Amino acid sequence: MTAQDQPLLIAQGVSKWYGRQLGCRDVSFELYEGEVLAIVGESGSGKSTLLQLLSAQLAASAGSVLYRMRDGATRDLASLGEAERRFLFRTDWGYVHQDPALGLRMGVSAGGNVGERLMAVGWQHYGRIRGAAESWLARVEIDPRRIDDTPRVYSGGMRQRLQIARNLITEPRLVFMDEPTGGLDVSVQAKLLDLLRGLVADLGLAAIVVTHDLAVARLLSHRILVMKGGEVIETGLTDQVLDDPREAYTQLLVSSVLPA
Amino acid sequence: MILELARVAKTFTMHLQGGIRLPIVQNVSFCVTPGECVVLTGPSGAGKSSILKMIFGTYRCDEGRIVVSHGGASTDIAAAPPRDVLRLRRSVIGYVSQFLRAVPRVPALAVVAESGDSPRAEALLRRLNIPERLWSLPPATFSGGEQQRVNIARGFLPERPLLLLDEPTASLDPHNRQVVIDLISEKKRQGTAMVAIVHDQQVCDAVADRVIDVTRFAAA
Repeated sequence: MTAQDQPLLIAQGVSKWYGRQLGCRDVSFELYEGEVLAIVGESGSGKSTLLQLLSAQLAASAGSVLYRMRDGATRDLASLGEAERRFLFRTDWGYVHQDPALGLRMGVSAGGNVGERLMAVGWQHYGRIRGAAESWLARVEIDPRRIDDTPRVYSGGMRQRLQIARNLITEPRLVFMDEPTGGLDVSVQAKLLDLLRGLVADLGLAAIVVTHDLAVARLLSHRILVMKGGEVIETGLTDQVLDDPREAYTQLLVSSVLPA
Repeated sequence: MILELARVAKTFTMHLQGGIRLPIVQNVSFCVTPGECVVLTGPSGAGKSSILKMIFGTYRCDEGRIVVSHGGASTDIAAAPPRDVLRLRRSVIGYVSQFLRAVPRVPALAVVAESGDSPRAEALLRRLNIPERLWSLPPATFSGGEQQRVNIARGFLPERPLLLLDEPTASLDPHNRQVVIDLISEKKRQGTAMVAIVHDQQVCDAVADRVIDVTRFAAA
């Protein structure tokens, strides 16, 4: 059995209660390298809570999340020390927030935003960091001449692309995305989606994408989890869930989309 | 034998329409061998596309088995985990849908050369009479027939041992229809197994090794 046959991330009965309020209940799945999983559902369905649990930003009330580290050892995220968790976040993981202001340092130049993650993994040579930052800006279709501008003077779509560059420059194996196209104009969304699709395929990334937009799920993901009221009510291949939805709620979600 | 369907059944349950159950097909059983083209016929609504979609894993199969055998391994699509179905789609099963689902901004040539083989993609586009000036444009604005030909090129480029064709000639003129007939014949000679839905009688006569009338699987 090669490493590729081992799941990268395993969720086992993951649950979260906020006091007596249910966040999510008994979520289990396996994610493999190169696989993109979409978590869909309406707001309040528990999908953002689940993303925070999976990315170790929130402690589960029950269940566990296991992750196969770069050294091949599969560890329970709850057993990691703070330093180990931070290291994961800086190197092996990316996290793309819906609001780029949360994922960027707004007062720091674009080059600084992108280069910072490289410095965190030990890069020291200024010229090389700047060169890598320039090439990543170009890759996300930002004119490298704007490398010294801060994201404050960028448009919403550019900020989101900068956030993506910042996340991907360290070649993470797993990227979490929370509504990555939310809040953007439709034309900007299309460009971002196409860019993300290409990057995810080229880099062979695994990704977990939370979205309420089924078109985003269809374009980006291989598999879907449908959430309602904190529970996963349906799972399957993306085209299977969208073209042959089994549960009443999924049928409602799919039929509520206006054809373009 | 590369594909075997045994007692396959499909029913849709429409929860939003008060839980109406729509039986589509039952007892679907047939086999396909390498190099063979099996054409499914029957009136529209008989379940031809549903059968193709079950073989590809897009529709769930309620009963029976859909076994794909290749390279010494057999997989029952009806029961396989998503990961196994994805693996089969990457290397064994190809699906040429009726319509191109165009991704915004991706040029026609890149749509066809997904796997990176540009010279063959160019040759195929040329053969399917897509003018070279269109290759660098996204197909969203192409005519129906042009989109279908881009889709055919994309589906025929990778060498998959099992191809599913959903009305590949529906919006084509006679000349391009003949090109597709030739492409299918070449695939057969290379040992590709195909299941096709073809309404055009002339195309059917030209490519079918066996015709299966889907009405015999009508669900009671």
